[in-house]
Amino acid sequence: MLRYALLRILGAIPTLLLVIAIAFLMVRAAPGGPFDSERQLPPDIEANIERAYHLDEALPQQFLRYINGVIRGDLGPSYRYRDFSVSEIIAGAIPVTMKIGLLAILLSMIVGISAGLAAGMRKNTFLDRLITGVAMIGISVPVFVFAPLMVLVFAVTLNWLPASYSGSSGADRLLLPVIALALPQIAYIARLTRASLIDVMNSDYVRTARAQGLKTASIIRYHALKPTMLPLVSYLGPAFAAVLTGSVVVEHVFGIPGVGRFLVTSATNRDYTLVLGITIFYAAMVIVLNLVVDLFYAFLDPRIRRQ
Amino acid sequence: MNIFRHIKAGRARGILRLLLLSLLVLGACGDSGPKPEALSVLNRGTGDEPESLDMHKASSTGAGDVQRDIGEGLLGFTPDGELRAAAAESWDILDEGREYVFRLRPEARWSNGEPVTAEDFVYSFRRLVDPATAALYVKSVDSIENASEIMAGELLPESLGVSAVSTHEFRVRLKHSVPYFLSLLTHPSTFPVHRGSVEQHGDAHARAGNHVSNGAYKLVDWQLGSHIELVRNDQYWNNAKTAINRVIHYVSPEAMSELNRFRAGELHVTHTIPPESFRQMQEERPDEVRVSPSLAVYYYGFNMTKPEFAENPKLREALSMAIDRETIANDVIGRGEKPAYGWVPDGTANYVPRRFSYADMPKQERHKKAQQAFRQAGYGDQNPLTIELRYNTSNIHQRIAASVQAMWKDVLGVETVLIKEEFQVMLANIRQQDETQVFRLNWSGDYNDAHTFLSILESDNPSNLTGYQSEEFDSLMSRAAMQTDPIHRNAFLAEAESVLLGDHPVIPLYFYVNKSMVSKQVRGWGDNVLNYHYSQHLSLTTEE
Repeated sequence: MLRYALLRILGAIPTLLLVIAIAFLMVRAAPGGPFDSERQLPPDIEANIERAYHLDEALPQQFLRYINGVIRGDLGPSYRYRDFSVSEIIAGAIPVTMKIGLLAILLSMIVGISAGLAAGMRKNTFLDRLITGVAMIGISVPVFVFAPLMVLVFAVTLNWLPASYSGSSGADRLLLPVIALALPQIAYIARLTRASLIDVMNSDYVRTARAQGLKTASIIRYHALKPTMLPLVSYLGPAFAAVLTGSVVVEHVFGIPGVGRFLVTSATNRDYTLVLGITIFYAAMVIVLNLVVDLFYAFLDPRIRRQ
Repeated sequence: MNIFRHIKAGRARGILRLLLLSLLVLGACGDSGPKPEALSVLNRGTGDEPESLDMHKASSTGAGDVQRDIGEGLLGFTPDGELRAAAAESWDILDEGREYVFRLRPEARWSNGEPVTAEDFVYSFRRLVDPATAALYVKSVDSIENASEIMAGELLPESLGVSAVSTHEFRVRLKHSVPYFLSLLTHPSTFPVHRGSVEQHGDAHARAGNHVSNGAYKLVDWQLGSHIELVRNDQYWNNAKTAINRVIHYVSPEAMSELNRFRAGELHVTHTIPPESFRQMQEERPDEVRVSPSLAVYYYGFNMTKPEFAENPKLREALSMAIDRETIANDVIGRGEKPAYGWVPDGTANYVPRRFSYADMPKQERHKKAQQAFRQAGYGDQNPLTIELRYNTSNIHQRIAASVQAMWKDVLGVETVLIKEEFQVMLANIRQQDETQVFRLNWSGDYNDAHTFLSILESDNPSNLTGYQSEEFDSLMSRAAMQTDPIHRNAFLAEAESVLLGDHPVIPLYFYVNKSMVSKQVRGWGDNVLNYHYSQHLSLTTEE
């Protein structure tokens, strides 16, 4: 297993390099530059700035300079936030994004699995229809609608919770962002769990268990629960990725100083180094998460381990 | 090994409890948000994140708001927008406006207790023009002797026309007289930076912990994407007059989220008011909506390198005349914006703006004239016109463009193709002058003088994105620049504006307004065209 994990990590390096190269080319191919605005700079000033940031060099040279820095752990200076380096910006933002992301995943697992099991166990009852219906709404209503709506109700009208992350220093500032981020995942996980449970309950070995006279509760607890969780585990990777990208909107709405908001602003600002830094971060996250999920999957399912 | 085997009813409850507990623990740990204090803390929305707090590296208005709190230039503004003495207590203007001598306040101190001297200003002005600094905003000093040559790398920064006459006397020599030079010195790019901390910390000198301030506040925390926290600078020469102990500038790029924060009581002042909520705020909280004229114009520019526009002034005139600016200002946006029938906004200091000849014409008559001009331009039923209008992605630009599209169709029968692009893409397309026909942009004044608006349409100005070239206009502008007498100078500027309006290289649509929600608790808020609001002039009260 350790050897497998190491091989996977080594295999990720070329993937990461390829991602960097593609991102580098794409961000440079986008029209405009980090210092462009309707206030066109006088040519001398523009030349000074380009020189200061090595933008006057040929593109391959800039790429090599960048890769050289990345290998040494230096992601370069931010072109937009000129008092900070990219590494500092990302390092400062990761804990916030991670905290909110993990809480959201946790919440969506607890609520999603419970709701899904409840619905699956009482298939085609009122409860089942209610949960499936609510889940459908959760999947269909986008975060950018739901998040401001929650702010309007709970912060502006009822004044129960802060309207923004920086509006309070307590844990209450996490509640709305975490719920906003978790909602679509709760809905998805609930549906997934329900479908999976129903599927498992229709399988041969459950029928055998039933024939042996076991009660439904015992069947679920001892025979059906674990296989029901399998598709869920493989969904965890994409769920993490969805939460991370979903944080783009949530971070904007609640003013959270996380990585997500830089994902969009760095691109619109043409902050080349920050775009690349964040791309590397997200790519690394997805690679690591997929690896973790695969390992966990192998741990749960002996058939995969044997392969 | 098998975790699910262990999930029995009792254990499941235990695990659930553990999960909930970890939710709470995770939620509570690592909090570093600003701590609330009652009346001595001012919470301001500051719009986009400042790109830097280094006086020489920032150029945005968001950065300026913070920099005016943590630094002080030779001059400043009163809450009502009048020039006032700041780091300099007095000054003389010599040699017909080519030389300025500023007397600094002997009692002025940096936040570390060191005196603020003329040498600090000499060092800072030189650093601003030094190519190695790579400053973005140098308009404030480019009229100083040798500044352009230094920025071009032809001369050393030491040759800049600034000197310390004595410890507290700072002299500046200009290439030529600039009537608005004093107002340029309110711009943060001319504020002094503390030499010791720049030399010690380099690029990071403007970060919390490193920054040394000569302003009313000093920087104590900067959390990117969240807030910038300042506390009273006890060493500031006018500290006794500062009322608020702590100022927190919250980064608020989303106008709607910012407004929600204000409504939830988290902000005292907002950076802006989103158009979709403006009327609601006027009804619900009329005393807290602050709207005042701004030095900024919203315009459509023609690509004057295209023969169909360059060689057809009647077409440009017809397209301009056909637009009902009142409808756009009052109905499409409706936050108090003023319809623009000229280029230089009302409220510009010492200047009477010029207006289009059709500014006061009744609508029907104006439309008739527009149709007439359109026919004279060679277009009509037999020769219909289709044009492309470019704007950057935004709800408000979209709505304005759609209205103009309808007006051009109704009055002139012109088909308009709307092209929506991301801002940088649009800018690149405008600069290429290849595909672009008509484009949307805006210009906000850097200083309170008609020159900041008119100069961007001079042939050689890099910000002239229309490609407009008029010898007559250029010559009037250079004659204005040579005048030392303000009345003569303004006459030339006004004449230049008349030429510009007659030529129609741009269609000004409306003049912006500054719009902010300002809590009833805030005292000392004044309206001014540049939208400068120094925290040191504000105070808070519990009275409603």
